[in-house]
Amino acid sequence: MSTQQSRSAAKVMLAPAVVLLMAWMLVPLSMTLYFSFKKYLPLRGGDLGWVGFDNYTRFVSSSSFWPAIGTTLLIVGGVLFITVTLGILFSLLLNQPFWGQGIVRIMFIAPFFVMPTVSGLVWKNMFMDPVNGFFAHLSRAFGSEPIQWLSQESILSLTIILSWQWLPFATLILLTAIQSLDSEQIEAAEMDGARLLGRFWFIIIPHLARAITIVILIQTIFLLAIFAEIFVTTAGAFGTKTLTYLIFQRVLESQNVGLGSAGGVYAIILANIIAIFLMRIVGKNLSD
Amino acid sequence: MARASSKRSKIINSLIAWTLGLIIFFPILWIIILSFKTEGDAIRSPIAVVISNWTFDNYFVVQDRSDYFKHFYNSVFIALGSTFLGILIAVPASWSMAFVPSKRTRGILLWMLSTKMLPAVGVLYPIYILFIALGILDSRIGLVVVLMLMNLPIIVWMLYTYFREIPEEILEASRMDGAGLREEILFVLAPMALPGIASTVLLNIILAWNEAFWTLNLTAAKAAPLTAFIASYSSPEGLFYAKLSAASVMAIAPILIMGWFSQKQLVRGLTFGAVK
Amino acid sequence: MSLKNILKAATAISVLTVSAAAADNLVIATVNNGDMIRMQGLTDDFTAKTGHTVEWVTLEENVLRQRVTTDITTKGGAFDIMTIGMYETPIWGSNGWLVPLDDLSAEYNVGDILPAMSGGLSHDGTLYAAPFYGESSMIMYRTDLMKAAGLEMPAAPSWSFIAKAARHMTDRDKGINGICLRGKAGWGEGGAFITAMSNSFGARWFDEDWNAQFDTREWSDTLNFFVNMMTDSGPAGYATNGFNENLSLFQQGKCGMWIDATVAASFVTNPKDSTVADKVSFALAPDNGMGVRSNWLWAWALAVPAGTQKEAAAKQFIEWATSNSYIELVAANEGWANVPPGARTSLYENPNYTSVPFAKMTLDSILSADPNNSTVDPSPYVGIQFAAIPEFAGIATEVSQEFSAVYAGQQSIADALAKAQAITNDAMEAAGYR
Repeated sequence: MSTQQSRSAAKVMLAPAVVLLMAWMLVPLSMTLYFSFKKYLPLRGGDLGWVGFDNYTRFVSSSSFWPAIGTTLLIVGGVLFITVTLGILFSLLLNQPFWGQGIVRIMFIAPFFVMPTVSGLVWKNMFMDPVNGFFAHLSRAFGSEPIQWLSQESILSLTIILSWQWLPFATLILLTAIQSLDSEQIEAAEMDGARLLGRFWFIIIPHLARAITIVILIQTIFLLAIFAEIFVTTAGAFGTKTLTYLIFQRVLESQNVGLGSAGGVYAIILANIIAIFLMRIVGKNLSD
Repeated sequence: MARASSKRSKIINSLIAWTLGLIIFFPILWIIILSFKTEGDAIRSPIAVVISNWTFDNYFVVQDRSDYFKHFYNSVFIALGSTFLGILIAVPASWSMAFVPSKRTRGILLWMLSTKMLPAVGVLYPIYILFIALGILDSRIGLVVVLMLMNLPIIVWMLYTYFREIPEEILEASRMDGAGLREEILFVLAPMALPGIASTVLLNIILAWNEAFWTLNLTAAKAAPLTAFIASYSSPEGLFYAKLSAASVMAIAPILIMGWFSQKQLVRGLTFGAVK
Repeated sequence: MSLKNILKAATAISVLTVSAAAADNLVIATVNNGDMIRMQGLTDDFTAKTGHTVEWVTLEENVLRQRVTTDITTKGGAFDIMTIGMYETPIWGSNGWLVPLDDLSAEYNVGDILPAMSGGLSHDGTLYAAPFYGESSMIMYRTDLMKAAGLEMPAAPSWSFIAKAARHMTDRDKGINGICLRGKAGWGEGGAFITAMSNSFGARWFDEDWNAQFDTREWSDTLNFFVNMMTDSGPAGYATNGFNENLSLFQQGKCGMWIDATVAASFVTNPKDSTVADKVSFALAPDNGMGVRSNWLWAWALAVPAGTQKEAAAKQFIEWATSNSYIELVAANEGWANVPPGARTSLYENPNYTSVPFAKMTLDSILSADPNNSTVDPSPYVGIQFAAIPEFAGIATEVSQEFSAVYAGQQSIADALAKAQAITNDAMEAAGYR
């Protein structure tokens, strides 16, 4: 039971975080909204007056808009699929007894520590470069033509890079979840003659449901905003323009702040649709 | 019989686990190797790279060209500063949400997380103008505040889930003993929550260390951290694999080493307390 | 302590404070090109001469552009000197964002700057940025491969000769590509190359009413010629090759010809980095018999943003870095072949430099480029590989992304041109031109 005293104290303690985040959200948000109704071109003298919903219609009618939405969903979906699937398999593996668990676990987590710019640059140059990259040397050693990773398989390449970065995260969360799985439960299932696949499907997966939703929620938040990886690898070429990247192009490359801000508002709407959708699922899982 | 089969499965497991681990770790291992090669050797075929001569030159060239320690100091300051400030604000907030929940608690929590989905690029101009007005452009303090705000939702959420794991009965008991609110937090709650706080701190240091949009765009010479340091090696004229590798190793090594040493706490931190 | 000593100490302190008050700390944003990195290494000379110290912010080109543009448009004041190009300078200068460089010292001799460079870095006759180095583009080719192909490079070749020579020189079994050209997306990369090339095919970006011209035959001719030539004799994956990738290919002996920035000449002839250093010769960029060659004009220049507190010191730095004595300093340290080229007339009259193999061709290329008459048909814009309007960088980056998708085999030339036309007209409408 909470007392009156602790109740009012709680409000006081909650206030700084709420006020700060409110400011952090509202100040830029209202400025974005303000700019989105303006013709605002920094290189042409800045504020050129109100334009109503012009920026909004222009942003959507641009030939790059729908492809950008598609790319965003494809990359986020692809990375989620790979990291969750491989994450489950890897966590099952890491849960088995084997020699050198500590070192292997360190190797599995390592990519999570690499800054996005570095990982983008390293994959682009040292691995996916069609002339001097590691993969190119490898294909030539086997007598085949090197793959033009970042031009011909651009979305796949980005998905690989991002999956490499986020796999440790998924694996670790799922591993912790698996470790808490009652071994008696599994043994009981074994006694019942449940086959490997059956055990996996009917015992392990349901047990992991909550952990999987956490992985999906957190990764989606971060993946919707990815920027550095695209900036240093393809710079938006070869169909890798995500919504975030399109906004960057409008604001910084085209120097059209009004148009970019309208894009920002769309991105916020998209993020919130996805967020509400995710919160529905996760919120349920979180409040038990 | 059972023993033999378990031994055999352990061997197989070890083989698979080591193979996969090495594959995942390989990109990092590879840049470590390349950073000790000459530029000319670094672009040769993998076997030629490995058997070529080793050299420390790249590290000296990089240090000579761009003062590593200045950027390193800025990175440390910004990562620690923003995490510390974030914890300071988040602990009371999460405490109150965890122990004095109201009808709005869940809503507030989800709203906080949703602020993380604002695309940073869209607000670059407003924030930049704000920073000029406040006179904190290219200052460490400015970055500390921005990164703190960016990560605050994650910090609050993680701490909230940890605090909820603390059984309320213990707090009740301490209250019975006449402990005030302050004592309750200091002597009862804090020790129990310390592991959770530690892992939150670790995760946020990593997130702040690796943040590359604001740290690059809001700094110039004085406050530039290692993300800006990397930007000067990313695609210069001529061959650059060896120098880029050396700069990359220098930029990720501190956080990698910290992560390795604090692996246990971090694993807990990564689970967001939500997985039991 | 005697009175004399105290006096001495007091004078010493006052001298120190005076010089400290006069000494500024300059923050300079620059690009991570070789010549700028060399300049960083020589900063001590500037500090010794003036007492001012320098802090460098060295960034990769795209990051640099993004960084300095944000700062200049918001008057952020984060930098005292910015390294910018021929594209930004007139636009920023006309907005009043740069300090006019009209009071440089007599000793500096502004008149010595190559007219093509000072013209491109001025607005309404006022100089807004001083060229650190200048460049045009030209053909660099392998004399041994050309000879083996039984051909001889004319001093001013045509595109059809280049295409023919490229096919003859190509030997894919030996890893030799007849020609290496930029295909990488980005207005300053592949965008710059194809635009300069299109000029020689009679194409232009806009007609005199700012209508996009990608629906014209000239543009489709340009792209068809380029793609056919690169498919037959270019390196695999040229869609992602920019300046740096091609430089590395050429230095490794994998290209017969390379048409790119004249500054590359000193890298490909430097035996330290290049395996083909003694087998390279030069020629003017090709034309198509229409009176316009395909070479561009560019300068990396130093400018002072308006509103800086350290204007005097910043100008002192610019005078130091773009002067003849800096050129001599580099020559003394690194040899004449490595001095920043293309900025000063007197450099090309210096006997020490005229003996450098690429000096003459560089100068001829620069002199044959005219930003004011870059197209066959009249156009409303200034600039060769760009149009000096604020919207160009954004538009041309998007357009060049569509072109790169063609080079990677992902769409047809007709589709790319149709999209380019739509992108350009749309952006020009948004900016209020149409």
